[in-house]
Amino acid sequence: MSAVSTVFQQLRQHGKKALMPFLTAGDPNLEFTEEVIQLLSEEGCALLELGFPYSDPIADGPVIQASYTRALRSGVKVDAVFDTVARVVPKVATPIVGMVSYAIVLRRGLQRFVEAARSSGLAGLIVPDLPVEESSELRAVCDEADLDLIQLITPTTPRPRAIEIAQKSRGFIYYVSVAGITGERSELPATVVENVAWLRQQTDLPICVGFGVSRPEHARMVAQVADGVIVGSAFVRRISEAATRPKEEVLRELQQFARSLLSALDTAPQSLSQRD
Amino acid sequence: MEQTAHSLSKVPDARGRFGPFGGRYVPETLIAALDQLWAEYQRATQDPTFHAELEHLYRHYVGRPSPLYYAERLSEFCGGARIYLKREDLNHTGAHKINNSLGQALLTVRMGKRRVIAETGAGQHGVATATACARFGLECVIYMGEEDMRRQRPNVFNMRLLGAQVVPVTSGSRTLRDAINEALRDWMSSVETTHYCLGSVTGPHPFPQIVRDFQSVIGKETRSQCLEQFGRLPDWIVACVGGGSNSAGMFYPFIDDDVKLLGVEAGGRSSRLGDHASTLCYGRPGILHGTYSYVLQDEDGQTADVHSISAGLDYPGVGPEHSYWKETGRVTYTNVSDRQALEAFQTLARLEGILPALESAHALAKAMELAPTLGRDQVIVVCLSGRGDKDTQEVARLLGHDFA
Repeated sequence: MSAVSTVFQQLRQHGKKALMPFLTAGDPNLEFTEEVIQLLSEEGCALLELGFPYSDPIADGPVIQASYTRALRSGVKVDAVFDTVARVVPKVATPIVGMVSYAIVLRRGLQRFVEAARSSGLAGLIVPDLPVEESSELRAVCDEADLDLIQLITPTTPRPRAIEIAQKSRGFIYYVSVAGITGERSELPATVVENVAWLRQQTDLPICVGFGVSRPEHARMVAQVADGVIVGSAFVRRISEAATRPKEEVLRELQQFARSLLSALDTAPQSLSQRD
Repeated sequence: MEQTAHSLSKVPDARGRFGPFGGRYVPETLIAALDQLWAEYQRATQDPTFHAELEHLYRHYVGRPSPLYYAERLSEFCGGARIYLKREDLNHTGAHKINNSLGQALLTVRMGKRRVIAETGAGQHGVATATACARFGLECVIYMGEEDMRRQRPNVFNMRLLGAQVVPVTSGSRTLRDAINEALRDWMSSVETTHYCLGSVTGPHPFPQIVRDFQSVIGKETRSQCLEQFGRLPDWIVACVGGGSNSAGMFYPFIDDDVKLLGVEAGGRSSRLGDHASTLCYGRPGILHGTYSYVLQDEDGQTADVHSISAGLDYPGVGPEHSYWKETGRVTYTNVSDRQALEAFQTLARLEGILPALESAHALAKAMELAPTLGRDQVIVVCLSGRGDKDTQEVARLLGHDFA
């Protein structure tokens, strides 16, 4: 069983939900990323998503896009990201999944990229610009390396297609809460709960909800039906202040924010969460 | 040979593949809209009223067919082959871009969408789309890099006059590539009510095919005009390649013929990465903006910065069908420098009284280099994709004139 699956099995046994922060690797530098990973792991985040900075992100909003630009300007390379993962993985209990654009995977070659990901200790890959019909080649390579290739389902995905994607996803399903880009929002669409509840009936695979999830009340709402929440821009925005504020202050704020999300997940009503 | 040539025009396949190139590499959110567009396009192409309406617009609104003009003085100046110009610069709004924008505007109306977004580099696609939207009463938002807005001020003003909202893009290199990123992001959030009128033969399937088909009017007309004016097909066709829409539209109807096709990229200042926009000459296959095609990128797959004197060619990717034509050897791709393009711009102005777009000046420069190597019996057709009015301010700056 993969590291990601093991985590969700344990969470389910304890009736708990996963908090999965998203971090941009190398913003403002890789040493800080490593520190933040350790902090969030110690706080009890069940999984971490680490974004490889990319020059032309399409799915990301201004906050994450700017973090990629900062990371690339500071000279972050793909190999250095893998090195960081390899350094931090032995120190933390939390599986880390890589979020990476297909342009980067393809440039290195599927085999070589997946080998590097696996030997660095990454537990899975999310490739947001690789729709299911283009993903069979990478999926085969990932399967062979026992690396989870996590697929995305969105509100615009027709239901028959959603079922097909669910069948081809491994580790968990990334459900995108909104038809849009990443970024903090004051409210999540009411349809999230209904859509995830429907998806819950179609698959046993854990479902995590991301895009727009940025406040404790969002986490509580989504945790009624999902197995976890992915929070990106709200973490990345706080990290972006590391350049202008004392590091300890920023780390403390990240810690408090993670705690507020974790306690919201713990107090979420859970009646709808398991498949009947 | 016959068989290979035949198969070259039978692309893309059902998944939008031109050989290995093309496909769809976009977030899941956009897949449903691409499917909807593909379904509507297929319905439209079966519908005689769609063709009749587009034909009517081309004739009475755009001013098609555009002339095929024998550039006699230019040919004499160069010596050797006779040079003909396919005058897309005479189209309404001054470039080939209107062919595609009108087609996609009709598709937008058919899909029941009321809002159109587009990206623009030199501004020609932005102006064409703003024009088509005005004509059909559609809301129009144009994304444009700040650097391009500086280089193309008259077009920015024109787009606003036409009722479009022009949104400056301040990320990255603040040029076309960043404008496309921003347009795609808008589309991610507005996909249910908005059509993205993509301006070149790039992007995810079905855009490369749709744009090529709408632009193929250029090559089809050229074909029949050649037969009419000199009783045979030309020997050479030369067109500039940024994203590659005018060249794709010009080349495609000749793909199965014995005609030499030459695509000319922006050679910029030098062959060093970052100094040019010669994607097919110096790039390698990769992913950019939803398609697998040649890309200028670094060893990590990060898109490279590019440079060209021409905002319309300043793009680090290229349409996937061009990559296919390159790999099959059907089309030859080369480049010319900023300086050569600027010289060709001035030469055409003085000898023929035509100001070409700086994009088209690249194709022209290559044709002028080619002509003296050929005999008088040979014919070169250059796709004069757009007019140069939009570029005069930038040309003046480059020539050191004070253009107040």
